[in-house]
Amino acid sequence: MPQAITVEDLNIYYGDFLAVENVNVVIEPRSVTALIGPSGCGKSTFLRTLNRMHEVIPGARAEGTVEIEGQNIYAAGVDPVNVRRRVGMVFQKPNPFPTMSIRDNVLAGVKLNNKRISKSDADALVEKSLKGANLWNEVKDRLDKPGMGLSGGQQQRLCIARTIAVRPEVVLMDEPCSALDPISTLAIEDLIHEMKEEFTIVIVTHNMQQASRVSDRTGFFNIAGTGKPGKLIEIDDTEKMFTNPANKQTEDYISGRFG
Amino acid sequence: MSETPAAHTAAPAARARIDTTSERHLPWYHLALTGLASAVLAAIILLALGKLSIAGVVVLGYLLHLIIGFAYSRVREGRRWATDRFVSLLVFGAFGLALIPLVSLLMEVIVRGAPRLVAPGFLTGDMAGVIGGMDAGGIWHAIVGTLLVTFWASVISVPIGLFTAIFLVEYARTGWMKVLGKGITFLVDVMTGIPSIVAGLFGLALFVTVTSNPGIRIGMMGAVALSLLMIPTVVRSSEEMIRLVPMDLREASYALGVPKWLTIVRVVLRTAIAGLTTSVTLAVARVIGETAPLLLTVGALPLLNTNMVSGRMQTLPTFINSQYKLGNAVCNSDTLTNPITGIEHACSVAINFDRAWAAALVLIMIVMVLNIVARLVSYFFAPKSGR
Repeated sequence: MPQAITVEDLNIYYGDFLAVENVNVVIEPRSVTALIGPSGCGKSTFLRTLNRMHEVIPGARAEGTVEIEGQNIYAAGVDPVNVRRRVGMVFQKPNPFPTMSIRDNVLAGVKLNNKRISKSDADALVEKSLKGANLWNEVKDRLDKPGMGLSGGQQQRLCIARTIAVRPEVVLMDEPCSALDPISTLAIEDLIHEMKEEFTIVIVTHNMQQASRVSDRTGFFNIAGTGKPGKLIEIDDTEKMFTNPANKQTEDYISGRFG
Repeated sequence: MSETPAAHTAAPAARARIDTTSERHLPWYHLALTGLASAVLAAIILLALGKLSIAGVVVLGYLLHLIIGFAYSRVREGRRWATDRFVSLLVFGAFGLALIPLVSLLMEVIVRGAPRLVAPGFLTGDMAGVIGGMDAGGIWHAIVGTLLVTFWASVISVPIGLFTAIFLVEYARTGWMKVLGKGITFLVDVMTGIPSIVAGLFGLALFVTVTSNPGIRIGMMGAVALSLLMIPTVVRSSEEMIRLVPMDLREASYALGVPKWLTIVRVVLRTAIAGLTTSVTLAVARVIGETAPLLLTVGALPLLNTNMVSGRMQTLPTFINSQYKLGNAVCNSDTLTNPITGIEHACSVAINFDRAWAAALVLIMIVMVLNIVARLVSYFFAPKSGR
């Protein structure tokens, strides 16, 4: 059962540099939350703190609390590995494992963790995940071929299948369509619509039309200037954000007056 | 856009036509003809000087063609193509020049080594009781010795080198570990430049100190000395290979909830395996022909010894060295009798040189086989992108 994500007083640093300042937000379960804003405003950085992926970058750290199911993922004793098993992530550039077949890519979450799985269970999981990513019909006859042989849009859906195969509760997407053509983008947007039945989705996008198409709620990040920290300016229902935003900055950004 | 269709059709006609006369690319046989002309000219010049030879014609012809070919092309094809021809010729010339020592070395070793290599018992026998110019003896003991010493050197250096490389790329990223990593990198760079004889002395001193036996010579000493030379090579090349694995793949793995160590083993090393194999092979090829450290640590022995921790061993490089040093044998009688086997052999003056060349050929073949194996591993494990 997906739970709300509650973020309180979150400050994100790269070394001594405060990159994102004081984020307070509640992300609703089984919904799509889009994050928009100009480049460098910290939306991807914020997204990566939701599953502690930002820690991969040397010197990056976060202060504050991020609660999933009432549990603070930044509390002492919480292993980021366990957080990431519950909060999956899809990246900007499709990144299937080049040494693995399509089938093994889907099973990567299971196999890389050295977990045992029977062949029939594995087959069922592969089929379910690929169907969940709307890719099954395109690849069912070549599951043993390398994942890198697929087109960019197919690779990205393969990465989504790989993510949902580990049954996370939350799926984070960092500009998942920015490297894709309009047709593949449409396929992924349709998929996001279906996925919110089961998952809580947070998506970062530069494309405001995409935000308005796929999301239930939209958050707007902005930055006062170079070297200043990014801030969450406003978050509200997508419809309200795009028709009648409360904040002047949001209105300026959405209407294309800057950024 | 208020242009009329008439303006569109008129525009191209007003433009300058593509130049088809001052610059053009003539077919290849023009180049072949100027080349032939240069060669003939070179032959005539050399004949006039009374120094005609094939090598002379090739070298002088090449130099003449640099000028003649350029001039011909400059007139017929224009400046751009002439420059292209000239530089292409220089590049091919450099390639040919680089190939000369390689090919001539291989030819020399094959021509001189092959006859002895196929002699009966050469690959399977040892040097027990082989004296003077006796037309006998084999290198089986040296082949086994070389393979054993190199194998154990690899067993020592590959894990150390690989783990160091993993530490440098995956862990030495922040804080004190980064400082430590920089220190290690510096030391590894210094180690790369260690003369092999110093590595041999280190191995000798280490074992003499530990065992308090100044006369100790065992295979393992050689393996330790060689590993000192191998480790820096393995570290530097493996580090490059591991660094080449895109960060994306590590992140993809982390995002699936895979711990760091499993990500390194199953994703990073697996993706880099082809390059890692190559780096290990290069490191092996680097040390398999080392002579000086083995002379100091392993010594020499005319018999087969497979015990790495007891007794001297024969290796191919030291075998080549000692055989060549013996020089021409003295043949006082037509036949010699092996005091151990009692078999009578003919006497051959050049036998020591023959054995040395044949052993060198075997050494080259071993390195070649290693390279082929590495290629195969690379081929079968490299990331695939086919459909």
